Amino acid sequence: MPKHVLNPNKWIDLYIDYLFNYTISRVNNRDIAQDLVQETFLAGLKSMKNFKGEATERTWLISILKRKIIDYYRKINSNKGKAEVRITSNNDTETEGDWLQNRVADPFDKTAEDTLQNEELGNAIFNCLSKLPKKQAKIFRMKTIEGIETEDICNELEITPSNLWVIIHRARTAMALCLKENWF
Amino acid sequence: MKMKLKIMMPCSEAAHICDKSQYNESSVWEKIKLHAHILYCLTCSNYVKANNKLSLLIKKSQITCLDKKNKESLKINFQKALKDAEIK
Repeated sequence: MPKHVLNPNKWIDLYIDYLFNYTISRVNNRDIAQDLVQETFLAGLKSMKNFKGEATERTWLISILKRKIIDYYRKINSNKGKAEVRITSNNDTETEGDWLQNRVADPFDKTAEDTLQNEELGNAIFNCLSKLPKKQAKIFRMKTIEGIETEDICNELEITPSNLWVIIHRARTAMALCLKENWF
Repeated sequence: MKMKLKIMMPCSEAAHICDKSQYNESSVWEKIKLHAHILYCLTCSNYVKANNKLSLLIKKSQITCLDKKNKESLKINFQKALKDAEIK
């Protein structure tokens, strides 16, 4: 089996979206997720000599990230407030005065199974995205995931709108095919 | 007849409208033309189905990523750390 090698120069470009998405589904806070991803990259850099080459770079980074997420939860639960039963009263002014029934959790809302399935789906999408040519993946991500306007993408990447739509078309065709093979 | 001619369009245009409509960037008239087109074009009909499914899956997965500004700042910090590690 070929040994995997680490190339930290490409970590940010290749894995940041995957790691961020992985983290946000676990900590549910963008700032904390960003900090944890940054800490993961830095920890990875420090422990590069421990990498045996048996797993891929991404798997190795995810294993570090998992530890970081566990540490984060340990840290926030280590204070004395741990034993408190926290009931958050609804301070949202928009929903103030609503019937209590409206505030009760919707039984048809996301279940643990849905969350798990969505996470697997997210992984499948990122895997397919990583197979696209770099430029296609970048434009698809900007347009579809980040929701950036066509004009802004064109200005930033110095391409024409028709060029952008051709790239989007190719990327969508490839993504649909990839997901058909790996997801359905 | 004139109306019919306006409604007819090549598959490349249909695909373009279909892509635009995934991002809510197509006009009502374009959508009508697309629906008329897929009535007689099986290839485009399949493309529209696959494209709609892709959008649905992406929406369902709730994937997200860091915005450009935060990504850049993270990149700068990491590059700095990388440089320091190389010096050592």
